[in-house]
Amino acid sequence: MDIYLLEAIINGVLLGGVLALLALGLNLIFGVIDVVWICYADIVMCGMYAIFFLYAQYHLPLPLAFLIAIIGVAGLGVLVHLLIIAPVLNSAPINQLLATGGLLFFLQSFATLLFGTDFRNIGVRLPVLEIATMYVSFARLIAFAVALIGAIALYVFLKRTYIGTAIRAIAQDREIVGLMGVDQRRVYLVVSAIGGALAGLAACLLALQYDVHPYIGNTFGPVIFMICVLGGLGNMIGGFIAAFVISQIIAIGGYYSSTELSYVFAFTFFIVLMFIRPRGLFAP
Amino acid sequence: MNLNHIIRAVGLAALVALPFAAPPYILHLVIQILIWAFIYTAWSLMGRFGFVSFGHGAFLGVGAYVPALLWNYYGVTPWIGIPLSVMAAAALAIVVGYPCFRRRVLGHYFALVTLALSQVVLLSLVAARDITGGSLGFTPKAVGHSWYALQFPEKGYFYVIAVVLWLAGLLVWRMIDRGIGREALEAISEDEDAASSIGIDVMRQKMRVTIISAALTAVGGAIYGQYVMYLNPETVSGIAVSLQIVFAAIAGGVYSLLGPSVGSLLTLSLTEGLRVWFGTDYIGAANTIYGILLVLCIIFMPQGIVGSLQGMRRRSTIAKPLVTANRQSATREPSSAAP
Amino acid sequence: MTPILSLGSVCAGYGSFQALFGVSLDVGRGEAVGVIGPNGAGKTTLMRVISGILPMQQGEMRIDGQDITGLPAHRVVERGIAHVPENRRLFPRLSVEENLRIGAFIPSARARFAEQLERVYQLFPRLKERRGQPAGTMSGGEQQMCAIARALMSRPKVLLMDEPSAGLAPLVVQQVFELVHRIRAEGLTVLIVEQNVQQVLDVVDRAYLLEVGAIKLSGTAAELRGNSFIREAYMGL
Repeated sequence: MDIYLLEAIINGVLLGGVLALLALGLNLIFGVIDVVWICYADIVMCGMYAIFFLYAQYHLPLPLAFLIAIIGVAGLGVLVHLLIIAPVLNSAPINQLLATGGLLFFLQSFATLLFGTDFRNIGVRLPVLEIATMYVSFARLIAFAVALIGAIALYVFLKRTYIGTAIRAIAQDREIVGLMGVDQRRVYLVVSAIGGALAGLAACLLALQYDVHPYIGNTFGPVIFMICVLGGLGNMIGGFIAAFVISQIIAIGGYYSSTELSYVFAFTFFIVLMFIRPRGLFAP
Repeated sequence: MNLNHIIRAVGLAALVALPFAAPPYILHLVIQILIWAFIYTAWSLMGRFGFVSFGHGAFLGVGAYVPALLWNYYGVTPWIGIPLSVMAAAALAIVVGYPCFRRRVLGHYFALVTLALSQVVLLSLVAARDITGGSLGFTPKAVGHSWYALQFPEKGYFYVIAVVLWLAGLLVWRMIDRGIGREALEAISEDEDAASSIGIDVMRQKMRVTIISAALTAVGGAIYGQYVMYLNPETVSGIAVSLQIVFAAIAGGVYSLLGPSVGSLLTLSLTEGLRVWFGTDYIGAANTIYGILLVLCIIFMPQGIVGSLQGMRRRSTIAKPLVTANRQSATREPSSAAP
Repeated sequence: MTPILSLGSVCAGYGSFQALFGVSLDVGRGEAVGVIGPNGAGKTTLMRVISGILPMQQGEMRIDGQDITGLPAHRVVERGIAHVPENRRLFPRLSVEENLRIGAFIPSARARFAEQLERVYQLFPRLKERRGQPAGTMSGGEQQMCAIARALMSRPKVLLMDEPSAGLAPLVVQQVFELVHRIRAEGLTVLIVEQNVQQVLDVVDRAYLLEVGAIKLSGTAAELRGNSFIREAYMGL
């Protein structure tokens, strides 16, 4: 096999890691609360800006900046739920999409207002590794490893803890979890916090590789939605797998043609697949 | 109803007098308001029946770019270019809509599939940068005043075109509103199975309204392009403009004839007003406020502005949802609130 | 002796539709009490009000003399009322044991989870066999057992059972009611809402007849069994 193709495939797998993390977050929120945060990618953007300012401007050590960012974005998730989602929780699903859509506008414009449209980079230069004549970005490797660890941690949390089991239970029958002593509202907040934390983690990983600007959410946001729908909205394992499928299409497509065109392939693939299996590849 | 007649008369008079009385800047605004009102009305043809598309940016982009590209590269007049773009948009609507409706892609899934569609168009436009200029944008070749090229530096001409367009859109809206199709579509949005069991050809009705909506949106995109004489993938396609369309239409109120137009008036005046007020000092401030207002509007005024006003007038006790939730949501139903 | 559970003049409904009109009832410690009545009488509404899922419009509720009126469902469980919902309502994709684990969510139950699990498995050996199986794949009778077991995991003072025989084959219904006997033998207080009058009157000490949202009759099981109105209307005799 062509060594460059192999390189592309490997990079695709690595890219898939972060996408998978975000897909998990979005699916968790949807599976439990039944809302899609259209602005999820912009929440990540907030995290990236936080890291930029904490590390590049205020010179906090990077791990501390990461930690603060994750906690901060988790808090942001809770705020989103309290202020935006909870008021429209019982309206038509469209209202929820639009409410988070309004938030998308707000976040992007507010970021423009505060930070301007310049691209900011945290300036962390991680080496590019050479493995058997292939070039692999170390940053991407770390991102993949961390994303994988995050996914496993989430899995263990959901399977082994009481609150995790409660979260899975609520997704299956919202009404009667109260009968077991589970406070539905509190679970929603926990889930929003976890979704936010995952976004914060993704922000850390993306900050290592990419510049941040107010509209960066538009670059990977739609891809995440596509991944989640492909895997079956709410299906965390499905989304996880779909992330790697899509990232492979993007990577291999990028190898044979331009990056943008590879995204076109990915989206077209998605649209076509929706007709074959409208509920997603692995619908619950 | 006399107040209504007076309002209409005044409105009509204003409409006629405007190009003679108003300064060019105001005219420029009004033209854009009318064109976008037309686009929002086109969207609401689908939106009012619960088929909430987050992908109309796709049709807008196709409608804008096809005539412009044909003009620049082949000298094809927009009079041919626009019908071609309409056909392209309709074809896109069929290619995506037919399988969607056949396979019952609804609710969240539908919204996200349409969103993906608008992204496809945007990304394709950017990817084909050798032809379209990509993110740097595309400028149709200017030839001054020309009917053949559908270009008019004098705003007055475009004003008339915009008015005609807008009225045509209202006419189509009314025709659908008054026709048998409307009841069929409302039945479909309530319960597809029940509708088909009483003999409604669900697929045909849905496709029909989707194609009309897509076609009109494409025309709106084309006229917009001809007026502004500069196209950019971000402005006429993609997620941002698709969201904007949905917002404005719903904010104004999708159930009424003039709702989307009011939405256009409000959103454009608001953006302009904010831009004028803040100037270049605080870029993004205008949209920030706009975003906040949108969220507040969704939370507190789900019937849209026109709907709320009408509701207050008629004191209707039946609360209509923001958009008729297409009941057979592909997702699980929102459950009752726990205490 | 204060009753372990008492309802006073409870009114409840759904929006403008009222389902319960001033219902009062008592359940003594260790008793088994039944609520019988036709479809639509408000029996399930009554259960939902007691367990807190449905707020009451008027009236009061006490457990062991303490006022718990208006408490939300997840707090009612903490006070010792466990509700086995109508139609089981297990979490279908969770395993049997995970369903039981959720039943022990409240802190007091969590602390004694292992111990309670053992007790429950002794009462329901079939569940122990199927502990890893997704709950939704079991038969109706097994699901009912699991639902009851799940409620028991919270170590309740009072067990509410909403139509335990619904949708089950007669033989299975027998088994379920035998279970109720066994649970009672453990000292648990039980309030059962049932359409199957024969079966429930065999297992309870007292019963109330609920019709159109109000208590029409009450008495010991023997009294009600002998009551001619009940015999004709509900037992087909």
